[in-house]
Amino acid sequence: MTYKIGGKDLKSRFFIGSGKLPSYAIIPEMVEKAGVEVITVAVRRINPEAKQENIMDYIPGHCVVMVNTSGARNAEEAVRIARIGRELTGSDWIKIEVETDAKYLLPDNEETLKATGILVAEGFRVFPYISPDLVMAKKLEKAGAAAVMPLAAPIGTNKGITCAALLRPIINEVGIPVIVDAGIGRPSHAAEAMELGADAVLANTAIATASDPVAMAVAMAKAVEAGRMAFEMGLLAEKEFADASSPLTGFLRRTE
Amino acid sequence: MIQQELRDAEAMFQSHRTPAVREDLMSIVSKDFLDRMDYLKLLAAADDDMEVLERMARRAHDITERYFGKVVLLYVPLYLSDFCTNGCVYCGYSTVNKPYKRKKLEHDEIRAEMATLKKKGFDSILLLTGGDRKQSSVQYIADAVRIASEFFSEIILEIYALTQNEYRTVLEAGASGLTIYQETYDRELYDVVHLSGEKKNYDYRLEAPERAIEAGLKHINIGALLGLGSAVRDMFLAGVHGDYLQRNYPEVELCFSYPRIRPAGSVSGPSDPVDDIRFVRFILATRLFLPRAGISISTRESASIRDHLVGLGMTRMSAGSRTTVGGYATDSVRQGQFDIDDGRSVNQIVDMLRTRGYRPEFTNWVKGIA
Repeated sequence: MTYKIGGKDLKSRFFIGSGKLPSYAIIPEMVEKAGVEVITVAVRRINPEAKQENIMDYIPGHCVVMVNTSGARNAEEAVRIARIGRELTGSDWIKIEVETDAKYLLPDNEETLKATGILVAEGFRVFPYISPDLVMAKKLEKAGAAAVMPLAAPIGTNKGITCAALLRPIINEVGIPVIVDAGIGRPSHAAEAMELGADAVLANTAIATASDPVAMAVAMAKAVEAGRMAFEMGLLAEKEFADASSPLTGFLRRTE
Repeated sequence: MIQQELRDAEAMFQSHRTPAVREDLMSIVSKDFLDRMDYLKLLAAADDDMEVLERMARRAHDITERYFGKVVLLYVPLYLSDFCTNGCVYCGYSTVNKPYKRKKLEHDEIRAEMATLKKKGFDSILLLTGGDRKQSSVQYIADAVRIASEFFSEIILEIYALTQNEYRTVLEAGASGLTIYQETYDRELYDVVHLSGEKKNYDYRLEAPERAIEAGLKHINIGALLGLGSAVRDMFLAGVHGDYLQRNYPEVELCFSYPRIRPAGSVSGPSDPVDDIRFVRFILATRLFLPRAGISISTRESASIRDHLVGLGMTRMSAGSRTTVGGYATDSVRQGQFDIDDGRSVNQIVDMLRTRGYRPEFTNWVKGIA
């Protein structure tokens, strides 16, 4: 079943990052086997004059390139990087990443909002990467973002869904798609994000550092699918006590 | 202020008299975040405990992959000029050496060298000069940066300490970062090994990274010249300096290099030599203490050490380096700043990284965005 995001109809709800991959040459196989349709590419890693391998040569034509502004320290830099990224890739999907904290790589929501406003006005499909903050997510929606990308845990920590209590309100309250990004270390984390109701999940570190990145991407994609399936049918609530399958008070409701 | 933090760290160093026991070290290694005392204990651990070292290596490997992925950035140094007015007893460019004919590259030579390096695939360049403000003036350096920005996306400078306004001048010319080593954090020793010249001013050099950051440079590489003074002390204080910068300027991309003293035509050998085991422990301790900091290892280290440090903390390495002025576009048999050990070509380094399951990366910043 397809869903709509950033003006495109997609099937896959599993997005991959490319920054930490051991080789770009594995991208085509990963895309094919895991059914990936969206790949993020950092503008700071695209070298149009590259003599060595250039990532753009490895991304299959049917994939959507989501350009990211990693390395930007403020809105102004993010905007300039986004423009260069569109020029270099031809894609107008921009993941705004503004990190003023090089230690934990936590995003600067305020600068991200500023950049979103500017880039939306310039016709970009804007995907802001944020700390999970409902108020900010709503402001971004109002500013015209195509989706919001709240983190589940700091980038690269593999800690999983550490802040479900903050993600859930965003998923429930914003009208644009929610892509859970960062912190996904295992397939079970990806499934959990999808069970919560996220529209898609993005992972990079967990795949890139696996002993077999292609196999891990496949495992993640399956988990994303499983989590989505469960969400769509409506998850059963967890219970604190055992529940007998035939009611114990059934005799009181006899209607003969 | 950095001076106060270093004084506190110095006191901490002086109070740490006996190496920590193994249990203590093992529990430090498994902590999520290390404090300064933990870092000091790892640096000062006994050299013969290979079990602790192995545990540190495993942890450093995990942290490095988690934060940096399977990627090592390759850069190349280009020496623009070896004119120098400083008397540093450990350096091949120093005025204390037997006089030799100095050289500086003219604009067309700079362009030729850079074109050659670009052809080899490099996109990140380190530009170096000696400490002669007349021969390699700020204007001369800014001109070189402007030429470099025609070719490279990342341009890092390793030059004498500048004022904040001068840092702004090179930033506006297109520089993205600064490499500046304190050499030794031991004030007294600093005074002894820097016989003369502007570099003799310890505090002016110590505060240079902050002036560069205030001017807007985004990448800062600091470190100490290992072997000059007490190696553990220099490692510790350099780590504290980095920790201080990271806390106060979280937007900066911080990186460390710890060159070990190598022969450079000068008289002085290392007073506290750092063997391979200790060197590796220092690198691992740095990774554990500051997980996000880059670690750069130059060709003054051997091929074997550099290969084994892939995945153990190293995030940047130079390749195919010459430490003579120029020397890429035309061969040169001149006096270098230090002797290199790993003489492999860039293609050989690329092959080595790929064989080890790592991606050699050449591009680290967006061309045209200083």
